Amino acid sequence: MIVAKQKPLEEIIEGLKNVGKILVAGCNECVTVCESGGKKEVAVLASALRMAFMNQGKEIKIDEITLERQCDHEYLEELRKHIDQYDVVLSLACGVGVQFLAEKYMRTPVLPGVDTCFMGVTEQRGVWTERCQGCGQCILARTGGICPVSRCAKRIFNGPCGGSTRGKCEIDKDLDCGWQLIINRLKELGRLDDYEVLIPVKDWSKERAGGPRKIVREDVR
Amino acid sequence: MRLQYPSSIRIICLPCTGKVDLIHILRSFEKGADGVYVVGCMEGSCQFTSGNLRARKRVEQARLILNTIGIGGDRVQMFNLASSEAPRFVEVAEEMTRKILALGPNPIKTVRKKMAA
Repeated sequence: MIVAKQKPLEEIIEGLKNVGKILVAGCNECVTVCESGGKKEVAVLASALRMAFMNQGKEIKIDEITLERQCDHEYLEELRKHIDQYDVVLSLACGVGVQFLAEKYMRTPVLPGVDTCFMGVTEQRGVWTERCQGCGQCILARTGGICPVSRCAKRIFNGPCGGSTRGKCEIDKDLDCGWQLIINRLKELGRLDDYEVLIPVKDWSKERAGGPRKIVREDVR
Repeated sequence: MRLQYPSSIRIICLPCTGKVDLIHILRSFEKGADGVYVVGCMEGSCQFTSGNLRARKRVEQARLILNTIGIGGDRVQMFNLASSEAPRFVEVAEEMTRKILALGPNPIKTVRKKMAA
């Protein structure tokens, strides 16, 4: 899932100071799971904003909606009938949702209510960690299912580096060394010989370095 | 015991304080409550293991939000007491009433009245 965290309330309030009608729009997908932009968070933020503005003597209309997804045309269409009545939409979706919403409705400003952080997992309630950077050329089959791109601070392909100490990374003593995890996993799988095989230089053009990416599948168009 | 407690307090009964959500606390203030306090069981004796601990976290979240928006986080508080502690319940009710009286009315309510006038 895409993991995001809500922006500080002060920052959100500052961005909304000159508007009269606000739509707070949540998303039922990733941001709901990571508890930053689902229906509950929309209700809490809208309530806090109503009180904040009322306390400043401003009566601002704040409505709430939570779409199934903000990264698909069909769900964003639900806003078409209502969006013109708002001065601004505060979207609690990830950066993808905010952009798609903004592209679709050119006349209404769309502000982000969350900071989109990474693609990751829920390790436990309230703890999310990164697992994938969408590098466009998955090598998990060779590394025992542990990704050196997202789990190694240096994104090296034949590690570990000299900064690995007792299984931890030099950038943070609480952070596991990605390559130590790979070695441990290969050992468990009885495939430690694979560790000796050098991984060739990665084609980073498939990653973000190659510019914005696009996938076209004629078979499903 | 038929103990008396301040009549300004409105009790909302829940099966467990774990049911209290952040939005319930915020909506109370939005609707004009001057203060909200959550009375849960003693820590460590929750029938559902962690309901009262979760409630405490939500009260803390509400406190942060209310401080940020200028309503005052002190208007919300968590108390833990056993169901057999009726005199303590009264103490808590009186303590909270004194505190809220000192803080004054919910500023939202005051602004709303001014706007309506």
